[in-house]
This record gives sequence, structure tokens and C-alpha cells, in this order.
Amino acid sequence: MATAKQKMLALNGDEAVAYAAKQSDVDVVAAYPITPQTIIVERFSEYVANGEVDTEFVCVESEHSALTACLTAAATGARAFTATASAGLALMHEILYVTSGCRAPVVMAVVNRALSAPINIHCDHSDSMVERDCGWIQIYVENSQEVYDSIIQAFKIAENPKLLLPVMVGLDGFTLSHTLENVQTLPDDLVKKFVGTRQFPLVTNHEGKTVPFKLDPKTPATIGPLDLYDYYYEHKRQQEEAMRMAPKIIRQVHEEYAKISGRRYGDGLIDPYHLEDAETAIVCVGSTSGTVKTIVDELRSKGMKVGLLRLRTFRPLPVKEITKALENVKAIAVMDRSLSFGGHGGAVFHEIRHILYDASTHPYVANYIYGLGGRDTPPNLIHKIYRDLQRILETQRIEKTVQFIGLRE
Amino acid sequence: MFSEWKFTAKDIAEKPDLFMSGHRACAGCAPATVLRLITKALRGPTIATFATGCMEVVSTIYPYTSWKVPWIHTAFENVAANASGIEAALKILKKKGRIPQEQVDVIAFAGDGGTYDIGIQALSGAVERGHDFLYVLYDNEAYMNTGIQRSGGTPHGASTTTSPAGTVIPGKLEYKKPIADIMVAHDIPYAATAVPHYWRDLITKARKGIEVNGPAFLHVLAPCPRGWRSDISKSIEISRLAVETCIFPLWEAVNGEYQLSAASKAIALRPERKKPVEEYLKTQGRFRHLFTPQNKQLIEEIQKNVDRRWQKLLKLCGIV
Repeated sequence: MATAKQKMLALNGDEAVAYAAKQSDVDVVAAYPITPQTIIVERFSEYVANGEVDTEFVCVESEHSALTACLTAAATGARAFTATASAGLALMHEILYVTSGCRAPVVMAVVNRALSAPINIHCDHSDSMVERDCGWIQIYVENSQEVYDSIIQAFKIAENPKLLLPVMVGLDGFTLSHTLENVQTLPDDLVKKFVGTRQFPLVTNHEGKTVPFKLDPKTPATIGPLDLYDYYYEHKRQQEEAMRMAPKIIRQVHEEYAKISGRRYGDGLIDPYHLEDAETAIVCVGSTSGTVKTIVDELRSKGMKVGLLRLRTFRPLPVKEITKALENVKAIAVMDRSLSFGGHGGAVFHEIRHILYDASTHPYVANYIYGLGGRDTPPNLIHKIYRDLQRILETQRIEKTVQFIGLRE
Repeated sequence: MFSEWKFTAKDIAEKPDLFMSGHRACAGCAPATVLRLITKALRGPTIATFATGCMEVVSTIYPYTSWKVPWIHTAFENVAANASGIEAALKILKKKGRIPQEQVDVIAFAGDGGTYDIGIQALSGAVERGHDFLYVLYDNEAYMNTGIQRSGGTPHGASTTTSPAGTVIPGKLEYKKPIADIMVAHDIPYAATAVPHYWRDLITKARKGIEVNGPAFLHVLAPCPRGWRSDISKSIEISRLAVETCIFPLWEAVNGEYQLSAASKAIALRPERKKPVEEYLKTQGRFRHLFTPQNKQLIEEIQKNVDRRWQKLLKLCGIV
């Protein structure tokens, strides 16, 4: 199948999100402004004000209500979308769990940003990394093109009747949200057709009747009841089961989308770069991978066997894919743009080292905390990491398992 | 603005229940009675949403439910946001032809904790946005679901587990927040107060709140024998005493215009019918300590405050 004719637009990451949501024929958007996500809400309001989109826009009084309204709109049968960042996501924390627990397929853009205090508006991944256990699919993007593509895919993933899992798409605050890029966009009708309309799985209600899983006066169902020790555990297990099915659906949707757009990000789960014969590699999420790729090219041109593994899908964690991608790598540096205070390294490091414990190759795995509060990550830091990895290979030991880079010590 | 809906006791008795028996509310629970009466006021397809609270807990213990209408609970502080999302979804799905072209009403229920305290932000926001829904506050005047802790709706002098009547502090020092007036101040088209004893008034007001376009607020005083330390057979009678003492007058405000409802109007016209607050207070163990000699002045204070608020209400209703 030939890819569709596309239109190049100059969009920043936020605008790319809003544009993708508009094309995805969202029914309800409930949102609250918070820097650096505000542009998403502003653009979307303009679409509504100009009649460019058929959406109920609910300008709520807090992020807590934003996500709540999206949850209940989704439970009523609507396609629901919101966006947030930092403190806003933290305020949603309670409802993140309620949304996934009610199996409401909400899609949310998270413009990744540091958490207060001290207050800071710039990029790091503290806000969404802390929410990794809340039952949402998490996708982290590298650039604005990918965020456009990922938001469209996110609706199709979330609303898959086998999953009904909410999806958050993380894009780096300011680095992506406020930076203009050329973004290839698909025609409106094609996106609408790709995403389709919501389908509802059939469930058995309290009267033993088979009913669509939504709030419908014709087929009353009770959603969000009190669920004690006799059933709660099973329901949590079902959520985990859906998570386990998710990689397959994410890959499928990613592949279907590639057929119309011509764009792929690895297999949709992981995005390896020159890993085939790499001896050393960096593992990271988000926009920093763009810088790392440039350095990989540079070092490769000098004959060094270096590579990169960008995790696109962090939840569910693509364990098999990661294991396979890193099977021949001897020394690995995991970059974390968030901190687990008092822990042994950052969230991505925990996962990668944990997965590799079972690998027969037992590679060296070191952790680099970087870029907190929007601190720049220039190429020389990436160079340093690859040099460190080289030294680890030569000396056969890691001097410091967890270290901070790019800051005054 | 309102239909000419009339009903007899027989109509109500014969109308199928949508809030079913078998729930686990305590004996004498007035909130359960209130829910049942309100479902009798429904005019057609309805979606109900609940804040966390005792009525949510007793009516939907998985895998059981007492609800014959679609029902959703998400959290404690956000029932008005629940209603906002449901209403927005219904509006757009109807516009896009994805659901039948019929009116579906939305009712949000919350207790006093979920309204006066933790839920007031979401409530104020939803009402400001003008969503078309009825918000029912079933006010049992404390966090009864968690063991009788004081809320912004707990009355002055009441002993609760977080405002206990001690040797130095005689129960709750603060007064009840005038929540229904706060909602009227939001300039909503309909707000009213009700008690289960005046069931016809309650059902009529619930129906008006459903019928009105835009947000409506119904404040129902709902005695809780566990928390109020009252006789389980007296809950409905106590709700009548609240009206007869003018502790909880019945009124409605249509587009901000206050009007006394029949039971309270009768007292306004014949002030000698107004009962002293003791008649109400003495029915409840939570006020027992007020009847000791050293706390006598507290009852006088409560009476003074009730009188002051009653006069204020009469003025709002254009009676004095």
C-alpha cells in the first residue's frame, strides 16, 4: 500500500499534539492550562472556536477535574483527551489509578517537566516516571513528528476493546513542546478512518445481562463500585493481563500506521540505533536520543562500535525486545532524567539492569542521571558517557554505578 | 421553566424502584430514604454518579449493586467533575448521532464531606461552567462513612470523633457553612433545601432540579442515627423537627429569587409555631453535653444563631 500524500507543517510539539488530537475526532477534551503544556489547550480551543473540530471542550478548574471529566466522558462512550505537565500530573495522581482501574481509554499528552520544589518549568521526566506504576501505557517520543504520530496511534491502542487502557504520551518540555519542527501530517479523513469510532466490549452486568461496557440508560451498568478483598485482587490482575497484551497491539497499530505514513519508530516498542554489532550502548527515553544518535554517527565514522537503545514504550516494559536488542552489548549506560531519591539510580536504570540480570552475557550497566530541571545535555556529555563505557570495557570494572552528569559537584 | 408534573402517593408507590432494596445501609438511615425518594422524581433516562461516601459504599459492593440506572463512582472530591464529563459526552455523542436523540438526565450525589469540604472546588467549577445536571447533597453532617468526623457541614456544638465534647472544648466550635446560599451565589437557575419528612416537597424539588436547564443544587438534611446518636425509629421525625425549629428551613431559589416552601412558610406566617431548638437538640446524643448546666449558654447561642439566620432568610424571601 502506497503511503498517503502528506502536508508539511511547521509545528512545535504542543501544536503537533493538538493537531493530531483534532484529526483523531476527539469527542471530549477537558483540560487545564499549565506551562509548558498550555499551547495544546490553546490551540485546541481555537479549533473549537473556529468550528474546525466537533468536540465538547470543557475548560475545567483543575487537572484533577480534567482527568476526572475525561474518565467519565470515556465511560459514557466518548473519545476523551487531555494534556498536562509536572504539578498537573501530580495533582492527577489519584485519578490516574482510577482511570486505569475503570478501564477508561483516555489519551493524555504529558509535556515532561520537573516537579517542584524549587519550582521549575523546564524538562525532566520526574513527573511521569513517578507515575509508571499507575496502569497507564507510557510512550516517550523523540521529536515533534513522533508526537504527532504517537497521539494518533494512542487512541487506537487505548480504545482497543481487548485493552481499554489509558495511554500517556510523553514529550520533553520546551525541547519539544516549544520548538518548531517540520511535521508531516496526514489528511484529516485518513486519520479519522485510521482511528475509527469507539467499539465497546460486551460485559455481564449485575443482572446477568450481556451489555456494552459503558454508561447507557438502556443497559445499566455500575462502574467503579466498592471492591473489597474478595474481588479487588482479580480486577488488578485483569489490568495486568491487559498490559501484557498491550505490546502486541502497540506493535500492530504502529505497523498499520507505518503503512499509511511511511514512518516507523523501531517496532513501536523499542527504537534501536546501530545496536547490531555495538559493544557499548546508551539506553534512554525522550528527545535526548536525538543528540545521542548524532554522537553515535560521529563515533561510528571513527570506527567505534557504539549504539543506542531508545525505549519508546516504557509501560508496558518490552522485556523480550530489550533483552534481545542488548544481547551482544558488553557495556551499557542508562540515562535517567529523573531521580528516585535514596534509591540505587533512576527508573529506567532499575528496569534495564533488572532485565539484564537474567542475561547470560552479564553486561556492565552504569547509570547516569542528567538534565534535571531542564539542564542542557550537550554532545560533550554524551561523548563522556561513551568514553566511560570504553574505559569500563578496558578495565573490566565500573568505577561508579550511579553518577550525576552535567552539574556542579 | 418547570413542567406541570403532578403526582399522588399512589403514583410514587407504584413507580418502579431504581434504587433497589438489599443495600447495606444501617437501620434508620435517612440518606437511603432520600435516594429512594429522589429516584421517584426521575423523568426518564438518567445517569447517576456518586462521590465516595456511605451511600456509595452501601449500595455497590461488588458484585452487587442497588442501582437500576447507569452509575459511576470515581473518587471523593470530584463528583461534580464526573457529572461534567458525562454531560459533555452525552451532548457531543448526541450531536454526532452516536446515541439516541433523547434527553438523558445526570444526577450527582455526594455527602457533606464530599460537598462542603473536599468537593467544593469541583462543584464550584462545574456550576460555573453551567453543566446541565442536578447535584444532590445528602447532608448527614459529618464523615459518617469513616466514623463520624466533623465536616464543614457539622453544626455548632455537635460532638464528633474529631470535635469531641471534652472537659474544655464542648464539641464543634464552628458553625455550619451556608452551602446552599453559596450555591445560590453562583447564580445557578435552581437551588433548594429539603428533608425526607416533607417527601412531596423533596420529590417536587428533585424533579425541578432535573428539569431546569443548567446546574441545580438540592441540599437534603438526612439524619444518621449512628452519627447523631439518635433513635433509629426517629430519623424522619428528626428531619421534621429541623424544619419546625427553623434549624433547617425549607426554601427554594429560582434564578436567585428565594421563596419559602410550605412548611417553613407556615412558620413564617404563624411565628408562634416555631419550636425552640432544644426540641431538636434533645433528640440526639451528639448534643447531649449541651444539656449540662455548664453548657447551658451554648444552647442559647445556637438559638440566637438560628434566629439570626431565619430572619435573614425571611428578608431574602421578602417576608420581613
